[in-house]
Amino acid sequence: MIHRKKAPARTNTLPLHAIAWVVGAFILIPVIYAFLGGFKANSELSGNPFGLPETWVTANYTDVLGSGSFWLQMWNSTFIAVVTTVLTVALAALAGFIFARYAFRGRELLFTVFTAGLMFPFAVAILPIFVLLRTFGLLDNPLGVILTQAAFGLPLTIIILRGFFRSIPGEIEEAAIIDGCTPFGFFWRILLPMARPAIATVSVLAIVGSWNNFMLPLVVFSEEASWTLPLGIQQFQGQYASDTARILAYLVLAMVPALGFYALAERHLVGGITAGATKG
Amino acid sequence: MTTLTRGPEAVKFPAPAPAVKKRGRWLTITLFLLPALVLFLLLVVAPILVAVYSSAFRWNGFGGLPTNFIGFDNFTRLFGTEIFAQDLWHLLVLVLFSVCVQLPFSLAIAMLLNQRIRGRALYRVVFFAPYVLSEVITGVLFSLILSPESGMANQLLSVFGIESEWLADPDTVMPSLFLVMTWKYFGFHMMIYLAGRQNIPNELIEAAQIDGASSWRTFRHITLPLLGPTIRISIFLSVIYTIQLFDLVWILTGGGPSHSSETMAVTMMEYGFKRSQVGYASAISVVMFVLSLVFALIYQRFVMRRDLEGATTNMGGRR
Repeated sequence: MIHRKKAPARTNTLPLHAIAWVVGAFILIPVIYAFLGGFKANSELSGNPFGLPETWVTANYTDVLGSGSFWLQMWNSTFIAVVTTVLTVALAALAGFIFARYAFRGRELLFTVFTAGLMFPFAVAILPIFVLLRTFGLLDNPLGVILTQAAFGLPLTIIILRGFFRSIPGEIEEAAIIDGCTPFGFFWRILLPMARPAIATVSVLAIVGSWNNFMLPLVVFSEEASWTLPLGIQQFQGQYASDTARILAYLVLAMVPALGFYALAERHLVGGITAGATKG
Repeated sequence: MTTLTRGPEAVKFPAPAPAVKKRGRWLTITLFLLPALVLFLLLVVAPILVAVYSSAFRWNGFGGLPTNFIGFDNFTRLFGTEIFAQDLWHLLVLVLFSVCVQLPFSLAIAMLLNQRIRGRALYRVVFFAPYVLSEVITGVLFSLILSPESGMANQLLSVFGIESEWLADPDTVMPSLFLVMTWKYFGFHMMIYLAGRQNIPNELIEAAQIDGASSWRTFRHITLPLLGPTIRISIFLSVIYTIQLFDLVWILTGGGPSHSSETMAVTMMEYGFKRSQVGYASAISVVMFVLSLVFALIYQRFVMRRDLEGATTNMGGRR
């Protein structure tokens, strides 16, 4: 990415740094405010919004960490994100394999149908999806969210995976078939392992999309036991409306998994977004 | 591929007769493609068709498919309401702000982080981080920060004599919403621009500099035109996203005060789920659909055509 062929031209970089610092402050101050605010008493928050706490109140954080509902929401979000991702990637990989490696009548039409799905706003479908899920008894069922998320995740995943599968030379496939591989054997034992970087990318995109989803769980889950983290946060804010410090603590703890995952998977996430943007 | 050893299967099975092979081929195609296709048709295509269908009915959302056909009445009712006119106005305002303020800002930051400055890798990671946080976390965080009584914004800004109701004042709610959107999304566009910039050969930039072009002229006449495809896609994504904007508004303001920040998706959810006017709400979603589709078609036909031409010829070239 970065070519350090020669020594960097020494220009005055002070203004650049100043701009970067201002933008960095714009990004970080809200997060730092939340982190420190979680350690403050509510009375202190309004008088001392941004300084260090006079006394570090840990009760806000420990109360959240000690509450069953927080961990239940965390589990629900994780479960739904993982199953959604496995399902999306599995189905998209199978379809992407066919679209990349088989020539048949109607292939381009079918592929166009999938790619058109990129342009279908989710909000347009939400009412009929609600009615459909109710008909099948999938309301307040994680499956209702998982299947829908997977369906809407298919277009982008198929496009990215198909592109990657195409880039694997045909000679490898021929060699595998000559060696007695079935199509599924070739797909499972050769193509998927070779496509690991692309699989990682689309998986990260699917996990983040599922983890952050709000609209769909909002209409599907009415029982508290099935709430995901975004639903829980929204409800927590309503319940403790006057207890700002406690909400801040909840927010910070809810940020930890997302930011931790980002730290681990940054490369794949950014790679996926730039690939998705240019191929979408 | 050294792990692929010649198994006993290779010896046992002679090449299949063409007819069998052909049937096996179709079986494979069907088996591999069907699960994705069924799921996609059932939960993406069918619901959108149903939304179009039910927009022509007065329907509360219960009991099978709707029966009370009223033609285009939902649409005529919708186009007559002030709320819908406001929704359209908000869409226009947000699109204009995004395209004229947020995206140039993202581009400027991308160009800044493309310079050799110390710590730029860290800046990139930090600037992109809000994109990973959910809309709900972002929304709740900023609703606390912008809260008129105890919020951080007023505490800090009161030093400069600035205080406002922010989200509770119809005059400041849209700028506030836009500020939150910028906080969350400019890093996303910045990353796209950085990736686009990386595809431009450095030789071109260097050649311009050697010829004595100032950095602004180099940017204006070399970098910016070559970034064209990236910028066009980023505008496209931004507009499509704004048409269906829901989560942030729902959390930050619920569309208020008195509909002054309401978007089409918020109006749709109000009527669909709170007032059980599913037919009417479907009409709103159909308008969102048509707006997205018309915008996408026009945009791709007239703006992105040049970018797509290369892509399709490339696709046709293989297999």
